[in-house]
Amino acid sequence: MIVILAAVAAFVALPLRRRPSASDAGEDPRRAELEARKEALYRQIRDAELDRAQGKLSNGDWRRLDAELRREAIEVLRALDR
Amino acid sequence: MVELGLACLIAAPFACVYAAGAALLGARRDDRRLIDSSRRAVYAVCALLTVCVVVLEAAFLRSDFSVALVADHSSTTTPTFYKLTAMWSSQGGSLLLWAWVLSIAASAVLYLTRNRHRELVPYATAVLAGLALFFTALMLFADGANPFARLDPAPAEGVGLNPLLRHPAMAVHPPMLYSGYVFFAIPFAFAIGALVSRRLDASWIRSTRRFALVAWIFLGIGILLGARWSYSELGWGGYWGWDAVENASLMPWLIGTAFLHSVMVQEKRSMLKVWNVSLVVAAFTLALLGTFLVRSGILESIHAFGASTVGGPLLGLIAVVVIGSAALIVSRLDDLRGKRRIESLASREAVFLVNNLLLVGLCLVIFWGTFFPLISEAITGDRSSLGSPWFDRYTAPLAIVLVLFTGIGPLLAWRRVSAGSLWRLVRVPLAVAVVATLAVATLTDAIDEPPALVLFAFAFFALAALAAEFWRGAGAQRALAGGGRLAALGHIVSRNRRRYGGYTVHAGFALTMIAVAASSSFQTSVDLRLRPGDSGEVGDYTVTYVEPTSSIDDAEQRLTLGAVLDVERDDEAFALLRPSRNYYASTGAEGTVRGFFEGEATSEVGRRESPGGDMWTAMRPDLAGYDEFIEGADERIERVAGDAGPEAPFLNDLRSDLQGVAIAALAERYESEPVPVDFRVNVNPLVIWIWVGGGIAIAGALIAVWPAPEARRRRVSDVYAARLARDLERV
Repeated sequence: MIVILAAVAAFVALPLRRRPSASDAGEDPRRAELEARKEALYRQIRDAELDRAQGKLSNGDWRRLDAELRREAIEVLRALDR
Repeated sequence: MVELGLACLIAAPFACVYAAGAALLGARRDDRRLIDSSRRAVYAVCALLTVCVVVLEAAFLRSDFSVALVADHSSTTTPTFYKLTAMWSSQGGSLLLWAWVLSIAASAVLYLTRNRHRELVPYATAVLAGLALFFTALMLFADGANPFARLDPAPAEGVGLNPLLRHPAMAVHPPMLYSGYVFFAIPFAFAIGALVSRRLDASWIRSTRRFALVAWIFLGIGILLGARWSYSELGWGGYWGWDAVENASLMPWLIGTAFLHSVMVQEKRSMLKVWNVSLVVAAFTLALLGTFLVRSGILESIHAFGASTVGGPLLGLIAVVVIGSAALIVSRLDDLRGKRRIESLASREAVFLVNNLLLVGLCLVIFWGTFFPLISEAITGDRSSLGSPWFDRYTAPLAIVLVLFTGIGPLLAWRRVSAGSLWRLVRVPLAVAVVATLAVATLTDAIDEPPALVLFAFAFFALAALAAEFWRGAGAQRALAGGGRLAALGHIVSRNRRRYGGYTVHAGFALTMIAVAASSSFQTSVDLRLRPGDSGEVGDYTVTYVEPTSSIDDAEQRLTLGAVLDVERDDEAFALLRPSRNYYASTGAEGTVRGFFEGEATSEVGRRESPGGDMWTAMRPDLAGYDEFIEGADERIERVAGDAGPEAPFLNDLRSDLQGVAIAALAERYESEPVPVDFRVNVNPLVIWIWVGGGIAIAGALIAVWPAPEARRRRVSDVYAARLARDLERV
């Protein structure tokens, strides 16, 4: 029992013996959220193209939607640059 | 060896407490090292519980009856395969399975998110460690729940596995259901983490969506296997009886289905945040409720394999989850409220919302019906239950409409679809559905069952719409890159796994619902009492009882009494069916012949499966004619045993030998002097398509859950990043 607890403690305590490093600094949550939003918008632009190719969206609908999504994506990219 | 398992089980809660404490402290101090350490503690819990499982399985394989669990659920004659699976037929083994699968899933998700969601992961870790603590502590402190409890002295032989569980589907069904329940803990824990840390964008959903889908797949497989087992083993003639425990597995599956749809709305449109966290809490609560119903024995069920002592603590955990989550959601309502609204009813998000309402409605109906015995008892003092007709009456309309939306959803694009585009997309599936429905109404008796006919029409529409989706997708790909239609189809599916995997699930579901409607609405069921040579009519078929059969399996201590039935259609041979009934030497009545017929008996169904329908039969011999023989045999056994005296060496062996001789004589008599047999003969149309449709749905879910290679994801991202960079330059 003691051997098991000691082995677990040694394994678990390993990170605690490490010195704090720059990589330990937390990610910027605002940036992470924007990155996630950007990826989601890319996917939506791609989905909209697929929907147009399949005839689900008329050319007019697609142009309007695509422009809307691109505008949102550009806003996200600008926010990421700031 | 067993001591090692017990030591690991004792160590596990300590690791859980540390994991939760270090994670919360790490979050408070923003100390990455503490958070890493807490993750390692979860890995350690997983390793410790893995040792527990290995030790327990080794005890089963060695038939180590000093372990109470092994003695109560296995025997030296239990086949090796069932020794390996006997663990989860017990309370302690089930709890160990729950905790072990939880620790695996928790380790996997924490490993995958080790460099992401730094604000919310510590809280998710604390929730997962808290759940693991609950289940490991339950094993150590609840009465009769310790899987390593010992017996001293150890019995020479074990009780053996419950005969009903000696079926291949039953070996896989419980771990599938439990895995399904447990995997819902992952999105739940991350939802709580997101609520506590106020990181309420869709990123936690993207990281845990696959775990929710895995939970859904496991539950789906578990439900299908359970239905298959019920159909071939229970002998009542159906695959779904609205049993409390069946319902308990269906409810989280329905809510999980709703969640998997509505998270897409949050991902794409940043809407339904309150709804999504509520759904994920509901799915996990219902998963806990499923475990509670199996283990508490509070409601009557074919799954009530034994009394339990863990019902109270499980109910306490459910209360904590519900009250705590509700309080957290209410406190974060301002952060959760979205600014966007649904732009058009002709949009995918609008259809997803309707489908969500239908799924939640179905779940509420099933919840009410399942818990009605407790509700009625609380109000009137009398416990009354609701049977299959009640469930059918209220679930069928919702299910029928749901099938329609299974077809409509994939046709629509996000945000809005113009009326012209909508008509273009709908007209072909609509025409196919009308023609197919008219054909079915003309060529079959479906017109007599309007609800079934409506469901067929909706399902035809859904299947045609989905086929058109694949066709159009392949066509668009060919227009872009050329090549054959099949290659184009493979290309678009592999490039859009989530979309086309989902469509495949919808097709499997529509097919399954056709089969459910056909087999339940157009079933022919006849009870016949026949002697050898007698015949009976079942619809268009003539069933003749040809001869009785019997066999004895000494290793399993099983007597099988069977029958050969000859089935003819239009005077032509159609099938030869061999149903049987198994009787086992029961515990507590060892060494008696009567004991064989007082314990658990199982049915082996005689069945001929075909795409058009199954000829299904189960039997029950009327053994009253052998009462005199059985009583006489038991009296003789008692007399011989009495003559030998209570101190006689090998008295048990002597009784066992005499019992064996008497059972062999009874088996012989069953063939030479046959008794009447009660047969239930069913003609079940299209049942095989339930399993085929279920398999297609599972395959579709596997396509959807399979991740696209990272390199391809990056390539796609780079393409759109480059396009937008050009747009930026122009602006």
